[in-house]
Amino acid sequence: MSNEVAVLGAGMHPWGKWGRNFVEYGVHAARVALKDAGVKWRDVQFVSGGATIRNGYPGFVAGATFAQALGWQGAEVNTSYAACASGSQALAAARAKILAGHCDVALVIGADTTPKGFLKPQPGERPDDPDWVRFRVGITNPTYFALYARRRMALYGDTQEDFALVKVKNSAHGFENPNARYRKKFSAQDVADSAMVADPLRLMDVCATSDGGAALIISSVEYAKKIGKGDAPRIAAISTVTPTYASETVEMPDIATDSSAVVAAQSFRANLPKKAYEEAGIGPEDVSVAEVYDLSTALELDWMEDLQLCERGEAAKLLRAGETTVGGRIPVNPSGGLACFGEAVPAQALAQVCELTWQLRGQAGARQVQGAKVGITANQGLFGHGSSVIIKK
Amino acid sequence: MSATPVLEGWFTLDGEQPHLLGSQCQSCGTYYFPQIRGEAKFCRNPDCEGESFDEVKLSRTGKLWSYTNAMYQPPEPFVAKDPHEPYAIAAVELDAEKMIVLGSVVDGISVEQLEVGMAMELVLEALNDGKVTWKWKPA
Repeated sequence: MSNEVAVLGAGMHPWGKWGRNFVEYGVHAARVALKDAGVKWRDVQFVSGGATIRNGYPGFVAGATFAQALGWQGAEVNTSYAACASGSQALAAARAKILAGHCDVALVIGADTTPKGFLKPQPGERPDDPDWVRFRVGITNPTYFALYARRRMALYGDTQEDFALVKVKNSAHGFENPNARYRKKFSAQDVADSAMVADPLRLMDVCATSDGGAALIISSVEYAKKIGKGDAPRIAAISTVTPTYASETVEMPDIATDSSAVVAAQSFRANLPKKAYEEAGIGPEDVSVAEVYDLSTALELDWMEDLQLCERGEAAKLLRAGETTVGGRIPVNPSGGLACFGEAVPAQALAQVCELTWQLRGQAGARQVQGAKVGITANQGLFGHGSSVIIKK
Repeated sequence: MSATPVLEGWFTLDGEQPHLLGSQCQSCGTYYFPQIRGEAKFCRNPDCEGESFDEVKLSRTGKLWSYTNAMYQPPEPFVAKDPHEPYAIAAVELDAEKMIVLGSVVDGISVEQLEVGMAMELVLEALNDGKVTWKWKPA
C-alpha cells in the first residue's frame, strides 16, 4: 500500500501586517486552494487547522473556526498546536486520516494575526515555566539565534558578510513572490547599516512576525486519479520527531542543554530531516529544492548542513558560489523564506509546502527552480517542535 | 549578605564561590539543571530507571561555547534599566557535566572582550530590581 497522499491544491493570503482577523486570511487561503484543486468545499471531509494562541478561543479551535467561517457542511475537524510546526502537525493529522481510509480529501489550514515587537511570555510569576525564567534573567529569542551564529563564525570561519548574503539572496527570490511581505532587493550594505539586535545578528538578519494564511487540499492517490489529477505532487514524508536525549544544542526556551556526560549528545535539527529521508526512501542527493526556516540568516546555513545538502561547515561556501540561488545547483528558499515573509506561526510550515507544490508543478514564475522533482522543508519552533516534509513528483 | 535570589534553589548564595545547583541521578550518573523537582522524581534519560537523585553543586567554571548581547530591551518579566543598557550573554559548557548553561555576563564586560573557547566562571550579581542571579565572567 502506498504511504503517499496527493497535494491537489495550494493557496495563500499574502503575508503582511494587515491587522485584520486571522480567520479572514485562513478562509481566503482555503478558497484559493479549493479553486486550485478543483474541489468543492462541500466535498471536503476533514478540516485540519493549525492553532494560533494569540487570537482567543477561535484560535485555539482553529479547525472548527475555519470550518464554520467557510460554512458548516458536516466535515470532521481537528486542531493541532505545535508552535512553529503547527501546520505540519495539522498536515500529518490529515494524512493519517486519509491513509487510514477514514476520508478521501482534506483541507489543511493555518493563519495568524501577530502583535508588534518581541513575542512575550505569559504574564505572572511562574518560576516553573522555562519561558518565564529565561526572560526573567534576560535571555530573549534573538539570543539563541545569535549564539548559533557566533558559534558558526568560531567553528567554520563564517562572517557577518556571509549572513548578509543570505538576506541578499532571499530578498532577490522574494522580490518575485506576490505572497511575500517584503518585496525589496536588499544589498549587503543595507544589512550592514541595520541596527545590531544580538551580536553578530542585525535587524535584517532576524525575521519579523507577520499576519498571513496558507492552505492545502490533500487527498488519497485514488481520489486524485478519479478527478483527473493523478500526476499531482505527492507528500512522501512528514517528520515531526521530538528531540532525543541528550540534546546537543540549547534550544529556546531552555536555559541549559541536557548533560551528555552519560549519553552522547544528538542534534535535534539534524534528526528532523533524517527521519523524513528514511520515510521517503530517498537521500539528500535526490533533493532539487529546499524551503528552510530562516528565523535568522545564519540559521539557513545550519539547516543546509542538517539537511545534508553539504558537509558540516561548508554551507557558506555553497552560498558564496551562488549554488543556493535559483539557477544554482541546490536552490534554498526560492519563496524568499522568512526573510521576505516574516513568521505567521501556524501558517508558516504550510507556506513552505505551498511553495514546493508550485515549484514541482513548474508554476513558480520568475523564481522557478528548473526541473524540480523533489522538495524538502525544514522547520523548528519552541518546546521540542519541528518538522520536515518531503514532496515529490 | 541577605541577598534575595531571583529563583529559589537554582544556585548557592555564596558571594565568593557560588555554584549552580543541579541533580545527579544515582543510577546512571547524568546531571540536570535546573534540579529535578516534584513528588515522584525520575531520570529523563530514556534508558535509565533511576528515581533517586543527589543535589549537586555544578562546576563553577567552564569554556565559552558562544556569546551574544541584548541590544534591545527585553520584555517583562525582565526588569530593564531606564534607559536600557545592552548587556552580554554567554553560553558556557561545563567540563564535568558536559552541559551548556546560559546566563548574562557581568556588567562592564562587552562582546568585544569575549572569545569562543575562553575560560569562564560563575559569579553572582544583582538584577535591576535588586534580586540576585547567576552570571558568567571571564575567568
